Amino acid sequence: MIRFKVNGKEKTFDGDPEMPLLWYLRDVLGLTGTKFGCGVSMCGACTVHKDGEAIRSCTTALKDVSGAEITTIEGIAVMHPVQKAWMEIKVPQCGYCQTGQIMQAISLLKDNKHPSDEDINNAMTGNLCRCGTYQRIRAAIHQAAKEMA
Amino acid sequence: MKIIENVSRRGFLQGALASGVFVLGARLVPDALWAADEPAAPAPLLPSLWMAIAADGTVTIVAHRSEMGCGSRTALPLVLADELGADWKRVKIEQALGDPKYGGQDTDGSHSVRDSFDLMRETGAAAKLMLIRAAAVKWGVPENECGVSEPHFVTHKASGRRVGFGELAEAAAGLPVPKREDLKLNPRSAWRYIGKDNNVLYDLPDMLTGKAVFGMDAKMDGMAYASIEHPPVLGGTIKSLDDKEALKVAGVKQTVTIDTFKPPHMFQPLGGVAVIADNTWAAFQGRKKLKIDWEHGPHAAYNSDQYRKTLAETARKPGGHVVRSIGDVDAEFVKGGKIIEAEYYAPHLAHASMEPPVAVVDVRDGKATCWAPTQNPQEVQNTLSSVLGIKKEDVACHVTLLGGGFGRKSKPDQVAEAAVLSKKLGKPVKVVWTREDDIRCDFYHSVAAMYMKAAVGENGMPTAWLQRSVFPPIDSTFTAGAQYGDGEMDLGWADVPFDLPNHRAENGPADFHVRIGWLRSVDNIYHAFAMHSFADELAHNAGKDSVEYLLALIGPDRKIDFTGSKFTNYGASFDQYPYDTARLKRVVQMAAEKAGWGKRKMGKGRGLGIAAHRSFLTYVATVVEVEVDGKGQVGIPSVWTAVDAGTVVSPDNVRNQFEGAAVFGTSLALFSEITATNGVINQNNFGNYRLTRMNRAPKHVDVQIVDSEAPPAGAGEPGVPPFAPALFNAVFAATGKRVREMPLAKTKLV
Repeated sequence: MIRFKVNGKEKTFDGDPEMPLLWYLRDVLGLTGTKFGCGVSMCGACTVHKDGEAIRSCTTALKDVSGAEITTIEGIAVMHPVQKAWMEIKVPQCGYCQTGQIMQAISLLKDNKHPSDEDINNAMTGNLCRCGTYQRIRAAIHQAAKEMA
Repeated sequence: MKIIENVSRRGFLQGALASGVFVLGARLVPDALWAADEPAAPAPLLPSLWMAIAADGTVTIVAHRSEMGCGSRTALPLVLADELGADWKRVKIEQALGDPKYGGQDTDGSHSVRDSFDLMRETGAAAKLMLIRAAAVKWGVPENECGVSEPHFVTHKASGRRVGFGELAEAAAGLPVPKREDLKLNPRSAWRYIGKDNNVLYDLPDMLTGKAVFGMDAKMDGMAYASIEHPPVLGGTIKSLDDKEALKVAGVKQTVTIDTFKPPHMFQPLGGVAVIADNTWAAFQGRKKLKIDWEHGPHAAYNSDQYRKTLAETARKPGGHVVRSIGDVDAEFVKGGKIIEAEYYAPHLAHASMEPPVAVVDVRDGKATCWAPTQNPQEVQNTLSSVLGIKKEDVACHVTLLGGGFGRKSKPDQVAEAAVLSKKLGKPVKVVWTREDDIRCDFYHSVAAMYMKAAVGENGMPTAWLQRSVFPPIDSTFTAGAQYGDGEMDLGWADVPFDLPNHRAENGPADFHVRIGWLRSVDNIYHAFAMHSFADELAHNAGKDSVEYLLALIGPDRKIDFTGSKFTNYGASFDQYPYDTARLKRVVQMAAEKAGWGKRKMGKGRGLGIAAHRSFLTYVATVVEVEVDGKGQVGIPSVWTAVDAGTVVSPDNVRNQFEGAAVFGTSLALFSEITATNGVINQNNFGNYRLTRMNRAPKHVDVQIVDSEAPPAGAGEPGVPPFAPALFNAVFAATGKRVREMPLAKTKLV
């Protein structure tokens, strides 16, 4: 039996401990804001927080979240300054990758209050956006950083 | 050709409004799928196909095109709301099911706004007039004394009275639908939403909070999850299957064999073995344990290296289809003088939308219900009708948001797979493609070889220009054995805008070995690459500035006469959408000026390149700045794009499309390539099918939109074609190396 928290609520799981967190969140809990993009940690669409740090839920087995506090996009208090900046700068096109981008950005700004362009590149390069909204993502992160300062 | 499908607007409006159909009598979308906290819409009172007004004033507008990131789902209702005089804050959008009563629903070919702009305006204006007439009757005043001077209210100026849309809805619904000639469309000066910068995507808040429902998020009660092992080579079949180990995986229920399609493949299932399970993960795991011995079939000899040579050889030979001919290029070539030749190559590409193909289908009692992220719900109806042997009307296709489309999601093969499985299992089935499935089993953007030849006069300008393009055509998806891309010649080949005394454009034959499909801007990608790289080569040969040369090549202001060519202007009339060289030159000048062309000092390893291309009726010029470092890695500090797309509904969204096009263009110019060995695709995920990431994306993309009153043209695709040639021209300016094949990553610059 694996015990952990998702968005503040206690969860237990006694199925296949190798099952990735992503599919537990989506298919078992119905938290579909976390997206499937590649299954191999190469696109970032599935990004959630484990004890506040951004992780890729598609390659994180449930056995590895035992005792952890998981936060998904549904667990972020609306509107977080990052979401607000995303809204104001009108970042999304299709929107599919954006919850993962936002989770990654929130985690970046937790550790780095004033990220440079280089810092943003380093933190966000693992998150693909096929629509190509990177310029707006960068601008939104800078704006959120200002708002949060 | 799906790409240039066009709808007769006038005829359609009469059918839609004149018949006064009361379609919105019930919610179009069941509550189950959408956010549960959304209140059920009150019974609508204004009869029409496109909109309804409830007693509380809520205006519901139908979005009949899909949302895949281009903004159609917001833009079209916004146009209707503007003309109606509605307050956008009180508008709800409901997504239409697939149904021919809406006319074409194919969200493709950058034509949604162009197709439906007038229709949405007329529909809004008709409803507004019905509301005004209802108010005039209520107050006993002439209708011409009433108007909508504040959003969502009909007002009577003389008496200062006003009444809300909601209060008028029932009376208005009982009135006859006005005739078109009685409609007064708002002048541009009165537009409140069309052309304004503060328009926001309807779904934006939901996209940021995880509430937005994509196809991947669709659910039906009691559904099973399926993952399908497809034949590794197109058209392959199963010799033997051992599923014992797969069935031992916890959560796996059974396996189902899906027959391989009968040619032509169209949008039929590819075939293979489906693993049915309790959840997606179990289905994936079970699939890994399948032991299948394949008969690979006729395409097992496909090797892309060899194929490339065949394409290039064909491109060197005359004898293909002539798609445009002016003067006599052959006579000019034998005259002597300077001849310049060049060959270009571009590989297959995969769409790789962030949301892989997915669909949920329930087949029961001879009817199918599906939820799919589709660009074309009516094509889902067609395909399921044919695959299941049921009537089209018995296929209910609900359209979710699309996590990207780029043309892939016009092709509903994964919906057909879910339908076949649901029919067999007697319950709803969700088919989820992995990223590996997506990259290895796509409808690929064509590989292409282009041969170019010009004779140049003493002033360096071409006196003859021959071009030959060879690629496996999209038609091979629909017609077994098709070799020519006749229907694709609109896409940057029969429409060269240069002022050429002698010109011939040809298309040579090629066989297909993988499924071929359209990808954002389609043939324009490789055609623009060849055409605008070659133009730049001629400029350098002439010792002239690239921008000056390009403007001279386009020549005098004129509306190009395409008599005798295969160019059909993307299905639009030349009267409404002439190919106007003045508009093309204008965007060249705007982009060059903003880039500081000719005025900036470029340091070592830096260079600017330009290309200008009209596609989907939109004129675009792009200047790319590259910075090539000591290791030969190409950085893109800046991109300047100028766009003339005619009337624009949401300028900021259009800017976003062109910023995105620069990133999409960077992927195909620098990184992406699909290759095959013995019929099997060599790439399988983002590790070896490389896309642009933030660290390699253009740092700054500047987009200027021409303020235009011309009819609306495309926005989703036209930004892509000029990007790659502008980038390769910039690389030449920076390094002196002329690279003639994409992606650039394959060529060592240092």
